[in-house]
Amino acid sequence: MGRTDLGPPDYRDMLPDAIKRNYGKWKYHEKVRAGVLKHVSETGDEVYTVRVGSPRLVSVDFIRDICDIADKYCDGHLRFTSRYNIEFITDNKSNVNGIIEEAERLGLPAGGTGNSISNIIHTQGWIHCHSAATDASGLVKAIMDEMHEYFTSMKLPAYVRIAVACCINMCGAVHCSDLAVVGVHRKPPRVDNEKVLAQCEIPTTIQSCPTGAIRRHPDPNVKSVVVREDLCMYCANCFTVCPAMPLADADGDGVAIYVGGKVSNARKPPMFSRMVVPFLPNNPPRWKEVVDVLKKIVEIYAKNAKQYERMGEWIERIGWEKFFGLTGIPFTDQHIDDFTHAVETYRTTTQFKW
Amino acid sequence: MDEDTPLLNELEKGPWPSYVKEIKRMAKKNKAAKDLLGIQELSYKDRVTHWKHGGIVGVTGYGSGVIGRYCDEPEKFPDAAQFHTMRINQPAGWFYSTKSLRQICDIWEKYGSGMTNFHGSTGDIILLGTTTDNLQPCFDTVTEAGFDLGGSGSALRTISGCVGQARCEWSNFDTLKLVYDLTMEFQDEIHRPRWPYKFKIKASGCPNDCVAAIARADFTIIGTWRDALRIDQNAVKDYVDNGFDIKGLVVDKCPSEALEWDDKNKELILKADDCVRCMHCINKMTKAIRPGIESGATILVGGKAPIIKGAYLSWVLVPFIKIEPPYDEIKDLLRKIWDWWDENGRTRERLAELIERMGLKNFLKEVGIPPVPQMVYKPRANPYVYF
Repeated sequence: MGRTDLGPPDYRDMLPDAIKRNYGKWKYHEKVRAGVLKHVSETGDEVYTVRVGSPRLVSVDFIRDICDIADKYCDGHLRFTSRYNIEFITDNKSNVNGIIEEAERLGLPAGGTGNSISNIIHTQGWIHCHSAATDASGLVKAIMDEMHEYFTSMKLPAYVRIAVACCINMCGAVHCSDLAVVGVHRKPPRVDNEKVLAQCEIPTTIQSCPTGAIRRHPDPNVKSVVVREDLCMYCANCFTVCPAMPLADADGDGVAIYVGGKVSNARKPPMFSRMVVPFLPNNPPRWKEVVDVLKKIVEIYAKNAKQYERMGEWIERIGWEKFFGLTGIPFTDQHIDDFTHAVETYRTTTQFKW
Repeated sequence: MDEDTPLLNELEKGPWPSYVKEIKRMAKKNKAAKDLLGIQELSYKDRVTHWKHGGIVGVTGYGSGVIGRYCDEPEKFPDAAQFHTMRINQPAGWFYSTKSLRQICDIWEKYGSGMTNFHGSTGDIILLGTTTDNLQPCFDTVTEAGFDLGGSGSALRTISGCVGQARCEWSNFDTLKLVYDLTMEFQDEIHRPRWPYKFKIKASGCPNDCVAAIARADFTIIGTWRDALRIDQNAVKDYVDNGFDIKGLVVDKCPSEALEWDDKNKELILKADDCVRCMHCINKMTKAIRPGIESGATILVGGKAPIIKGAYLSWVLVPFIKIEPPYDEIKDLLRKIWDWWDENGRTRERLAELIERMGLKNFLKEVGIPPVPQMVYKPRANPYVYF
């Protein structure tokens, strides 16, 4: 047995020289073009960052490829952003074009800076998750193929953050994104009584349900649970604690679309994304219905929002009734909240538009 | 290989880099990657996942860091029948030397599927897919290379922070130093799950919050400053002389009307008392406006995604605190919060849900923090007060 609890490597051993020299001394930065940042230090140093997109799910050979670029141009260092982009950092301006060219040769576009659509924060989906209601990597690929021009430019009113979560556990900040795609189930769990007996703790399973839909089996000889289907909203919390209650279903599963969230405090405080499409079917490999709605929302936003106005700020200014009108997305009873914080969303004023 | 994956082949087309190409690249030399491709194609055909629920696997001495995963069709995909994930704690700020990355690559080519995520959404390097037998030798080699596992389950999850002072002029404290220090201090909490549920810590250097700490972390640290922001009036003039619409794009968009544009004297006037430090003017005039010098952070608690009782944004707990090594105040506060949550929390109850159930008032008493108006948008409207 080896050592334990040594922790990650010290970040100071991972910094390129240009960063070490100017650590904590930065004065300002500029966006030179889409995908290229220039940071200027109090020391007078100018440091360039080339940001390129990545599919996130990559082979070790992909990592070796980007290491080759970093060895050639960036004194053997690179970094990743919180949105999975790769950043090559150099204090030699003449390296910038070489980095971009070599990255493009690998199929990696420079971009994701400023008022762009950067890489999509996402989860595992069918690649690795037991609770996924949709895929993530494939959905992301399908969306980013359509949004590519917005990754490689900075022409939107403000940046648009997209996130994909393959179920409502939402590993990632899906609930506060400008555009969010979330995998949803629409069928209650199917209880396998024999497996419940073998694999589940019944009190924990009953307690796991936020709507109280799970009860003991009415027959005391059956050591299992029953689900009141009219109370179930398919959150799958029971499935997490009890594997004998799967919800996944090819026709029941699909995605919902949420819009208008943000985490930055700039101008308006952070806000949650709000549901605009309750359900679209899983239609792999391209999820055409989903991609079409997202593209349409982005285009209408780009056309109508004021400069520097985030998606959610734009919608708040024009009003949700206008948003549904402009996008043509139907408003249904499923849009009206009936969960824990529902009443905060009901309108308490005579102020509205037509 | 292509004839077996008609659906996935579609995802090799298009301008965005393709993960399918990546799996295929690895599948040529790795059997587990080949079966992963087959499982993914089957999911595309069936429109459901083919991974089974959990399974307790791990490495000696740890309860965290490995996610057990088994395929539901092991006969069809024997080389991915066991396909466990290892979470490797990333260096703070996701900076790497290529030497260290190549070491990880060599290890994972030897012991696993060769497929990875750079990175998972919490921040770890994700090594996707290995067998139960390979976990311990892989872990031993990972530690020899100077890396360690991250958190999973009801533990402190891998801590992450924005790029901070390493490459950003707006960072109000050294995020990388804090993240590294807390990570080293709380190795036991990361590696040995013991709590009601997961606990996340994230640090952003300024209110732009590039790691989404306010939405995703139970304990959210966001850099800010106490004094007035700094304005370089000469640089302001340069912006205006170059045609920048300072009135429309900066002054009029200030959420607290703290800025005025004096067109006659070409001067940007700040009413410092009215500024809420949102970052908008700084973001748009990077050369002219900077955060103040009395820097520190706001600490907020409770951010999380919807499971179980709905999503929460973090709530202000400490409006302003200096962030300086050895960070004892933050560590003490964390330990107090964990004690209270561990004592009172139900299974799978996150901190925000417990605070909502027990009341913010009681939480403040327990952690010894006096109430201040900065903690709320507005005081209560109802008369139901406990005295």
